[in-house]
Amino acid sequence: MLFTSYSFMGFLLVLFCLYYIIPAKHQWKLLLLASYIFYFLAKPIYLIYILVTTVSTWFAGIQIDKVQNTQKAYLAEHKADLDKETKKQYKASMKKKTWHWLLACLLFNLGILAVVKYTNFTISNINSLVQLFGGKPLSFINIIVPLGISFYTFQAMGYIIDVYRGTSKAQTNPFRFALFVSFFPQLVQGPISRYGDLHESLFAEHSFDGKNVAFGLQRILWGYFKKMVIADRMLIGVNTLIQNPDRYSGAYAFAGMLFYALELYADFTGGIDITIGVAQVLGVKVTENFNRPYFSKNIKEYWNRWHITMGSWFTDYIFYPISVCKPMLKLSKHSRSLLGESIGKRVPIYLSSFIVWFTTGIWHGASWNFIVWGLGNWVVIMVSQELEPLYAKFHNRFAVKDKFGFRLFQVIRTILLMSSLRMFDCYRDVPLTFRMFGSIFTKFNWNVLWDGSLLNIGLSALDYGILSAGVVLLTTVSLVQRTGSVREKIHKKPYWLRAAVWYGLFLCVLLMGAYGIGYDASQFIYNQF
Amino acid sequence: MEQLLEILSDLHPEVDFETEDHLIDDKILDSFDIISIISEIAEQYDVTISAEHIIPENFNSAEALYDLIERLEDEE
Repeated sequence: MLFTSYSFMGFLLVLFCLYYIIPAKHQWKLLLLASYIFYFLAKPIYLIYILVTTVSTWFAGIQIDKVQNTQKAYLAEHKADLDKETKKQYKASMKKKTWHWLLACLLFNLGILAVVKYTNFTISNINSLVQLFGGKPLSFINIIVPLGISFYTFQAMGYIIDVYRGTSKAQTNPFRFALFVSFFPQLVQGPISRYGDLHESLFAEHSFDGKNVAFGLQRILWGYFKKMVIADRMLIGVNTLIQNPDRYSGAYAFAGMLFYALELYADFTGGIDITIGVAQVLGVKVTENFNRPYFSKNIKEYWNRWHITMGSWFTDYIFYPISVCKPMLKLSKHSRSLLGESIGKRVPIYLSSFIVWFTTGIWHGASWNFIVWGLGNWVVIMVSQELEPLYAKFHNRFAVKDKFGFRLFQVIRTILLMSSLRMFDCYRDVPLTFRMFGSIFTKFNWNVLWDGSLLNIGLSALDYGILSAGVVLLTTVSLVQRTGSVREKIHKKPYWLRAAVWYGLFLCVLLMGAYGIGYDASQFIYNQF
Repeated sequence: MEQLLEILSDLHPEVDFETEDHLIDDKILDSFDIISIISEIAEQYDVTISAEHIIPENFNSAEALYDLIERLEDEE
């Protein structure tokens, strides 16, 4: 059931009505039922996967909690008669027990993710090697990749790590935990919520709050506008350009790169707007996943503002544990004595970042394109990090840091950099992506950008008009957001103006949504991850 | 405490670490800074700060970080 389908809208309507009719203490149960129906309708077999992850993680959480409670009770009881060393040993032995549960849970669930998502990718790589030596290739396996598995697995693994670390209390009720893992608005494309952030509002009793519901519906509408008016329209042009690389290279590839940047932004942030809007109507507060990312002045800042929950997940659960583990600290010590203070202390950071970006790449998809994309990000971040002293010197000499022109240059530079890296998302393999990127600089066909050639890629002048207006609107909204919520600002306006804004937006979606003969409401890009 | 202030100031000389108490919330320290600080602390205090201690409450100010070091020293 796609977010853009009529069935989803009907599903929401029934849910919203029931949600505020039934006694508030049963609301979370209704959400659980709705989430499982949503997932069942996607494909019944998916339920098995999510159930296995839910039950195993819940069970491991309970076991860790038990050990931690036993430890607390024991230490409280023997406070007076335990010396420091005995206490330390006892704590270490209990920590080991919780560690075993954590490890088992992580290996089991990440193992499922690895098997369903990466088996065929591994086989294809083995086959490439085998064929080099004239061997017989292995056959691929037919395996189902459940919708949103990367998202719900990461959410569940975040929970179990938090329980292990003591930052979250284990959820004793398996049904409540099942809702946390399967909450349908965020099941297929995130945000990847933390248990500590989500559980209170998810399980709370909500009475009907007109303003909150209206704001939620407005956010959903804004998401539909981004997805159906901008992203799905842009998709038509992007597909033509990237599926015919021989015909559309050079300036076409450059146009495709920028078009894809717009499509992905509108698609992903639009999807998240729908997610957060649906949750808001239900009174549930879901973490924001974007903070005007295309206004970032450098790539590091960009990654703090784009897909925020994924970035913070990788930082908290992969980057930090790897960076501060004992072998890494030893490596830090060693590299300092070997390479000198300033280079040596950066070695572990760069190594951990490499692992994080490799994982981020492969998390996005089982292909070399994504791995190279991830490592491309790593290279850019590391180079920027190394160049920081040079930037500092530049800024000491030239007072341009706060000048509008310089900030604009930084923003455009970041967009171009990120967009060029994203070309790996578009083309079928890595060599082709490099070739297409190279063609931007070697095939001098810039005239196609203004001689009307771009009108032959499935987009009419009207489409370009709508897209341009859409970009102006997106930019304006982002600029207004800098000083607070746009919906709050509109809310303070007279009734006729408010009505004009929201009915106008509704009509835009209705009349300018990229429907039409043969048009298939397209999947959200991040659903595949 | 002075030793810690020195570690922090080496990293960001422009920040007044004696008064600043939103180092993480205001994004003054990023993840790379945090790792540099932890490895310096490991070196100079012989204290291991593990990933579970990397939370804003422990890193928002020099004082909070110093408290963490003392706590860990006490445990070790």
